[in-house]
Amino acid sequence: MVVRERFHGDLKALREKLVEIGNLTEKSMGKSFQALTEKDVEAALTVIDDDYKVNRLEEEINDLAILLIAKQQPVAVDLRRVIVAIKIASDIERMADFSVNIAKSTIRIGKEPLIKPLEHITKMYELATEMLSLSLKSYNDEDILLAKKVAEMDDQVDALYGETIIELLSLAKEKQEALPQITQLLFITRYLERFADHATNVAENVFYLVKGKRYDLNE
Amino acid sequence: MQATKIVTEKNNQKVSKNKELVYETKGLNLWYGETHALKNIDLNIQENEVTAIIGPSGCGKSTYIKTLNRMVELSPIVRTSGEINYRGRNIFDKSYQVEELRTQVGMVFQKPNPFPKSIYDNIAYGPRIHGIRNKKILDEIVEKSLRGAAIWDEVKDRLNQNAYGLSGGQQQRLCIARCLAIEPDVILMDEPTSALDPISTLKVEELVQELKQNFSIIIVTHNMQQAARISDKTAFFLSGEVVEFAETDKIFSNPSDKRTEDYITGRFG
Repeated sequence: MVVRERFHGDLKALREKLVEIGNLTEKSMGKSFQALTEKDVEAALTVIDDDYKVNRLEEEINDLAILLIAKQQPVAVDLRRVIVAIKIASDIERMADFSVNIAKSTIRIGKEPLIKPLEHITKMYELATEMLSLSLKSYNDEDILLAKKVAEMDDQVDALYGETIIELLSLAKEKQEALPQITQLLFITRYLERFADHATNVAENVFYLVKGKRYDLNE
Repeated sequence: MQATKIVTEKNNQKVSKNKELVYETKGLNLWYGETHALKNIDLNIQENEVTAIIGPSGCGKSTYIKTLNRMVELSPIVRTSGEINYRGRNIFDKSYQVEELRTQVGMVFQKPNPFPKSIYDNIAYGPRIHGIRNKKILDEIVEKSLRGAAIWDEVKDRLNQNAYGLSGGQQQRLCIARCLAIEPDVILMDEPTSALDPISTLKVEELVQELKQNFSIIIVTHNMQQAARISDKTAFFLSGEVVEFAETDKIFSNPSDKRTEDYITGRFG
């Protein structure tokens, strides 16, 4: 007989919910970015409409974690599992909000043609969503090597962020009439950069979960 | 005391339809001589659930559980009023044979109390009293009961050894197995782990969770974390009254009554 089989079953359920909220957020960002590139306002609206699913799942994760603390008195790595679940859920929920923000920018840009191809921004999107996917895998497998990789990818995102901002600002000088769209693109760039930072936070929490020590991977 | 009433009534209404009531306690009062130990208790126990009873020493929780199998009557100064219906029949009814009740309602005590006999004979004791003599049937009952109490693997090779040779945790699971051998409907547990080490405690707790699939379990415990870990519903007793009776999730995350909150957070008692 495995002692506390049920408690470990509950911890597993908590982990599965976290992976689920991560997958939902990944899909949301995928859809939001596709709506941006295809200038599909309808699709952007559905991203906004579906955000409640992520919020609800975050609440469920928090409720489950609170009950586990109240009822099961987790200690050591089990306690970290519960605390980390609450923190990661909060990061991921915030990431889903960035996907909503991008959808809102897409709606504001509307049918107006894009002033330039979204090369850097697309690259940032690809890196940021891969970071989410890897951070989730590192969490699920408790794999700190993978978590470290996520942190390294964040450096690339930050570099692209700097370049994109400079590029957009110089474009703003040339094309004053396109300022509203450029502003939205600046926002989108910022949202993606922040999205990647939260993926890095997830990775940091995986370090804490496994090692029991804190690491600042955003440095 | 109005708040007490409201919480209890609310909960009683929440009884889900697909589970039957095992015990229905209505307006139960109990006195030890002049001492009013249980005051107007209303409590419904549902089948296939673990119901925990918590509260400070002297709150009446052990008295209540001992009333459920009428063990409390062993004390001559006890008087009761009100009703306890077990499966719809009042256990205080004159025509109710106490032996009949106790065949349905097994009990496990604070200190493991195996008989000074072999492991096998401890389990076979009850069935033999009920007239089972066939060795093959007894063998089956012994194995099934020991498996049910999650101790079979530890004792299967030494069934003829004296039960006193087992550790405290094993003795307690043996007592649970002995209780299962008579195939009861309800298992009452009065502080079943307070004499056990932490790992044995967790084993018994895990076992309780297993057993609720086939039995209804009522457990009195001083250890409120234990109630939190293993029960579906929790009743908080204080000075002979039920202050709050609700889902365990609710009691331990957001109790309705201030006194419950004070007790579980260690602000009094």
